[in-house]
Amino acid sequence: MIDREILLAKMKTSPYKPMKGKIIEARMLTDKEKFFRIELEGKINLSHEPGQFVMLSIFGFTEAPLSVCSSPTDRGYFDLTVRNVGVFTDRLHKLGKGDIVGVRGPFGKGFPVDNMFGYDILIVAGGLGIVPLRSLIRYIMYNKNDFGHMQILIGCRTPHELLFTEETKEWMKRSEIKINCTVDKADPDWHGNIGLITTLIPGVDINPARTYAVVVGPPVMYRFVIAELLKKNIPEHQIIVSLERRMRCGLGKCGHCQIEGIYVCQSGPVFNYSELRNFKGECHEKAA
Amino acid sequence: MKYAVIKKDDLNSWLRHLQKKARLYAPKKKEGHFIFRPIKDVNEITLKYIPTILPPKKYYYPQKEKLFRFKIKPFKTGKAIKAFEEYILFAVHTCDIAGIQCMDVVFRESPEDPNYLNRKDKMVIIGLECLEYCDKYASCTSMGNHEPRGGYDLMMVDLGEKFIIHINSEKGERLVRGLAYIKEANEKDMLNLEHVREAKKRVFKEEFNASLTKVYEAFDKHFASKIWQDVGKRCVACGNCTTVCPTCYCFDVLDEMELSLNEGIRFRIWNSCQMEDFAKVAGGEDFRKGRDSRQRHRYYRKFKYPMDKFNRFFCTGCGRCTRSCMSQISLVETVNSLLAEEGESR
Repeated sequence: MIDREILLAKMKTSPYKPMKGKIIEARMLTDKEKFFRIELEGKINLSHEPGQFVMLSIFGFTEAPLSVCSSPTDRGYFDLTVRNVGVFTDRLHKLGKGDIVGVRGPFGKGFPVDNMFGYDILIVAGGLGIVPLRSLIRYIMYNKNDFGHMQILIGCRTPHELLFTEETKEWMKRSEIKINCTVDKADPDWHGNIGLITTLIPGVDINPARTYAVVVGPPVMYRFVIAELLKKNIPEHQIIVSLERRMRCGLGKCGHCQIEGIYVCQSGPVFNYSELRNFKGECHEKAA
Repeated sequence: MKYAVIKKDDLNSWLRHLQKKARLYAPKKKEGHFIFRPIKDVNEITLKYIPTILPPKKYYYPQKEKLFRFKIKPFKTGKAIKAFEEYILFAVHTCDIAGIQCMDVVFRESPEDPNYLNRKDKMVIIGLECLEYCDKYASCTSMGNHEPRGGYDLMMVDLGEKFIIHINSEKGERLVRGLAYIKEANEKDMLNLEHVREAKKRVFKEEFNASLTKVYEAFDKHFASKIWQDVGKRCVACGNCTTVCPTCYCFDVLDEMELSLNEGIRFRIWNSCQMEDFAKVAGGEDFRKGRDSRQRHRYYRKFKYPMDKFNRFFCTGCGRCTRSCMSQISLVETVNSLLAEEGESR
């Protein structure tokens, strides 16, 4: 039991109250995804770990959990990239430069970057998965000498849906990073790979014991990608995933994000596969 | 003073004294059921009651609770927590006290919930021990909550002519001190209490067909049991079971705007894991599809997950979920079926 005095002191502030954030940049990346750069009041840093999320507030429209897509090494602001899929995100898409939003967080457990020191990194991004992974990619690039080789596999349905295309071109110029893209369905201008992201994995050249694979994508993608990674002999605890769940508080209370006994908002959203495989049936991302 | 006694004839005088000290909530009758209500006239109180429709959680974890006021332009959030008044929950059964203990554990866990803790800090609990069963739906004996297990300031036990009161906190002691009609219990009173407890053992029998350790094991093993499909087929997803549960605390967040559309209030409101969209994400994926998996989730949140996390069962045995179920899904039956399955699998 916590001391009553300490409790009372903590009770004076509410974890449900958002900070003030100002949108300092906003632009559409594709037909459906919009990029936002947000500055907190007093230009304070969000001080997040790559892979953590925030609860973004629009008063009148409540809150939604959104992955931070900038690295903590990008200081003075943080980035979000949001697909327009519902009432909240539709409203968010109507906001632009100068508009104010509420921010709570950062929440959850990010990618285990410290454990990844010295390892080669294989990033597998399906669809919107590149959004949280951008925080990790940018972090690794900033601290490149802490890590081994980095390979990035990006997959999405059509070339139009590729996110951060300009930035990806910049990444490609760096000799220590290898990037491979694939689309499910090509158009005449596409000269890259065609096929599901799983088709790229057999061809990657890795030393499995020295590699961390970080996978983020739609639920259906995980089991197939993980199966391919296991075939490559990457140890289970070196396969890292980030899970999407409904969340209303971020504090491990509201109950929505629960997978069996685990609150994803506190214990996740990042898990490794050896944790994931223990779930019995409420985790659609688990390989069958 | 550890135990005090009060004559039944003096009870109303004490209740009027309590009313002066703090806001008093107690059980009273309503249309054949019982409910906790703020008490104006102490004669309204009924001490012979079966579990109220809603547990007293509506007072320490309100169905719709203000988190803060906000203004859109210019962006502003109001003071989050207002100071609450002291309040007394009177004649709370031991099952509902167990419910409060469960909520404490949840909301004390870091990050702590200031709204709950603030209300809890102002709460005084005066318990009333049951000496006979409320009805066939309770499972308090199996859950070990048919007898007091702490978590209260005062606990009253009916000794016929008088009540014996166990004083369990300083807060409680302040409410019985210096009153002519409340006396220290003598040896005879203590002996009477022992007799009452002995007699109770002959009335209260374990409702589950095995010990709690076995219940936990059954839950651990039979996640994929057909029983959950059977329960799911009968469930109509009304959410009654979670609303009336003293240990259900899931919530949703709601913004209510004023006519100006520039100001409003953010609330949290009770939500139920039995609702179809509870675990659905914006992209459409539903991580707990089907009433069977949602009912299973409810049961596991009582008998498995909180054991792993807090070493505490979150079923208090109050029987409300069964009593209020529209399709007669019985908790005792479900647990016993699971135990039977465990027997067969051996």
